[in-house]
Amino acid sequence: MSVKENTEFQPTIVAFCCNWCSYSGADLAGTNRLSYPTNVKIIRVPCSCRINPMFVLRAFQRGADGVILCGCHPGDCHYMEGNYHTRRRMTLLFSMLNYLGIESARTRVEWVSAAEGQRFVDVMDDFTAKITELGPNRRLEDLRCKKN
Amino acid sequence: MQRIGVFVCHCGTNIAATVDVEAVAEAAKSVPGVVFSADYPYMCSESGQDLVKESVQKYNLTNVVICSCSPRMHEKTFRKAVESIGMNPYMLEIANIREQCSWVHKDKEEGTEKAIMLMKAACAKATLNTPLTPGMLPVTKRALVIGGGIAGMQAALDIAEAGYEVDIVEQKPTIGGKMAQLDKTFPTLDCSSCIVTPKMVDVGQNDKIRILSYSDVEEVKGYIGNFDVKIKRKARYVDEDKCTGCGLCTEKCPMKKVPNEWNLELDTRSCVYIPFAQAVPKVATIDPRYCLKLNKGTCGICSKVCGVGAINYEAKDEIIEEKYGAIVAATGFEIADISRYDEYAYGQSPDVVTSLEYERLMSAAGPFGGHLLRPSDHKEPKKIVFVQCVGSREEESCKGGKEYCSKVCCMYTAKHAILTKDHYPDTDIYVFYIDVRTPGKLFDEFYRRAVEQYGVHYIKGAVGKVTPHKETGKLEVQGYDMILNEQMHIDADMVVLAAAVEPSHTARRMATMLTAPMDNNDFFTEAHAKLRPVESATAGVFLAGMCQGPKDIPETVSQASAAAAKVIGVLAKDQLVGNPCIAHPDELMCNGCSQCAGVCPYGAITYVEKEFRMPNRTTKMRRVAQVNEAVCQGCGACTVTCPSGAMDLRGFSNNEIMAEVDALCL
Repeated sequence: MSVKENTEFQPTIVAFCCNWCSYSGADLAGTNRLSYPTNVKIIRVPCSCRINPMFVLRAFQRGADGVILCGCHPGDCHYMEGNYHTRRRMTLLFSMLNYLGIESARTRVEWVSAAEGQRFVDVMDDFTAKITELGPNRRLEDLRCKKN
Repeated sequence: MQRIGVFVCHCGTNIAATVDVEAVAEAAKSVPGVVFSADYPYMCSESGQDLVKESVQKYNLTNVVICSCSPRMHEKTFRKAVESIGMNPYMLEIANIREQCSWVHKDKEEGTEKAIMLMKAACAKATLNTPLTPGMLPVTKRALVIGGGIAGMQAALDIAEAGYEVDIVEQKPTIGGKMAQLDKTFPTLDCSSCIVTPKMVDVGQNDKIRILSYSDVEEVKGYIGNFDVKIKRKARYVDEDKCTGCGLCTEKCPMKKVPNEWNLELDTRSCVYIPFAQAVPKVATIDPRYCLKLNKGTCGICSKVCGVGAINYEAKDEIIEEKYGAIVAATGFEIADISRYDEYAYGQSPDVVTSLEYERLMSAAGPFGGHLLRPSDHKEPKKIVFVQCVGSREEESCKGGKEYCSKVCCMYTAKHAILTKDHYPDTDIYVFYIDVRTPGKLFDEFYRRAVEQYGVHYIKGAVGKVTPHKETGKLEVQGYDMILNEQMHIDADMVVLAAAVEPSHTARRMATMLTAPMDNNDFFTEAHAKLRPVESATAGVFLAGMCQGPKDIPETVSQASAAAAKVIGVLAKDQLVGNPCIAHPDELMCNGCSQCAGVCPYGAITYVEKEFRMPNRTTKMRRVAQVNEAVCQGCGACTVTCPSGAMDLRGFSNNEIMAEVDALCL
């Protein structure tokens, strides 16, 4: 909520959450009535390794200001090793995005377990604050996609 | 063309208080493809489901979007509802506007705006949904129970009762678990071993149950209905089939100074040992850490005295592989290490004991044969101080304590007090507590009996320090009485600490193997805290007993029976309905490069040579990927790895996810 007081800018944040840990963690934050900024919009995927780098690029192209991927903690993946794939892929993708001028703070991979509602909120609060500070992302945005 | 119906749930005021549900329903009307939208107080109720069904038929809907609670909650409910009227259940999408919107946001305007976006994203995905049909999986009609305590035994007996084969894997040489170590049980004060040992015998004699004692689960692969498990049978150097359990070797063994785990190291045992008289299976085990023959090549007495030639010093650990349809985790608990609480002088004086050690001291099969004596000088204690919540209900930052309540300590302390007073009425007993928690049938009556009838001194407060005095042999207990607001000094003969319970130290390893989630305290997490308390989130894995959270014996037994019922539910089926959200390759795009098979954790991808039609009536053989529908679990690792983008995931396709991204960003 502090986001609103400081500035007019409301970032768009896409959070990809794996079904088994992070999506449940986000649900737990809800069950415990813990609050985080409305800027965060969650997309459910079966595993963090389902997240194609293409999805991240697409989000930036369509005007997202930050993209965060959440998965199970290393070693706890429901599919045994999916989050290790994610970690390797995203390390590569993020360094490429950084080269293209997407600040590395705009992209993040975090591990949130199904029991960590509070951690989910802390991560999202922090990420939203960082993105708000960075301001809007216009580097990859394709203005032709905008409706108006 | 898709015809989408949007249904917005108020969930009483759970959603309606922070989200303007009418506005969401109204906004849905302008979303492309939506032909009908409505809001309703409780969508999951029978009348709410009827509204969905009627609308589907009336408006000829092809897709349904429900804006309600988390899909983890009611996706199944709604899918079943639309399936009942002939719609493919996978044409339904849920927008999570409760857990991830109304419950986490306070501002109604912002909440409504976000709910509309989530609704639009769900509509965008729904537009691209395709009907999916699940495959069928075969079921191996055998169950594995991990842990041979009361939870594991009860689960195994119930599964065997239904006619299915069960294997129990137990780390220790005998089943029985912690319950077999208890002296009496609360609140009835019946003898623990008198009720648990007949159960152990039942398990041992049941021809459907195989006990794999002194064994460890090494590897678990597969999925519900078809688990492949590797079990390590540790070498016990005694042939289980030959040994009659006569105990002659244990008598003749010259190495008698081995700390006895069974009595919590309050006394010693021989190196070749049977843990206790009623052990099941009743066979001897050689402890390889102390055996003279195994370590120095001398002795060998046990082999000489054994009449049936059961001793085999050459035995090696053995790995066996088994198939199971369902698994029950009943890994139990340990008493937390309390040596870091040096204010209680545990470890400094033998007369400061944990409650489980006190249990052994009182037990007729314990080190003093049921005569309550102090471990230091073997004298009867006249004044005993019990300290509650040692390591429980404490900030983790404070010496790594447990934040949870260990649940059983209040009751077993009342039990200890009553039993002690019964046998030695002139003993003075003090109990320091934070709160006395006695919910349960006849529990509070039991506690009040300790206070009113037996005159046990219950003091609300804490113990600050226990100082052992060598000269007098007394333990000086400094405490604080919160009600009288005064310091107390008690010269006690014994101090008993109600140490926290914690999950077995092998539980974390087991959870990783089973890919079953755990909470921050290493207790297994149930699939739903209220409605699915005996299932793990991993299909085919069920939970029983303390491994899921602190609980007493009746609760453990009920949970074990419930888990058994769930296991029987799985094993009773000849085939299970699989998950249709699995990977499938576009064969025209696939060039058979094998990268997808390299990342598949289940080995679900194989390659086939297939004939393809080419221009000018020619054909060509090409190698393409093929996904085994029964084996694929739908993680999607292969979809991202595929360099040509041939692999896609049903139910979470590239297009569907990107449509969601678009809807949320634009």
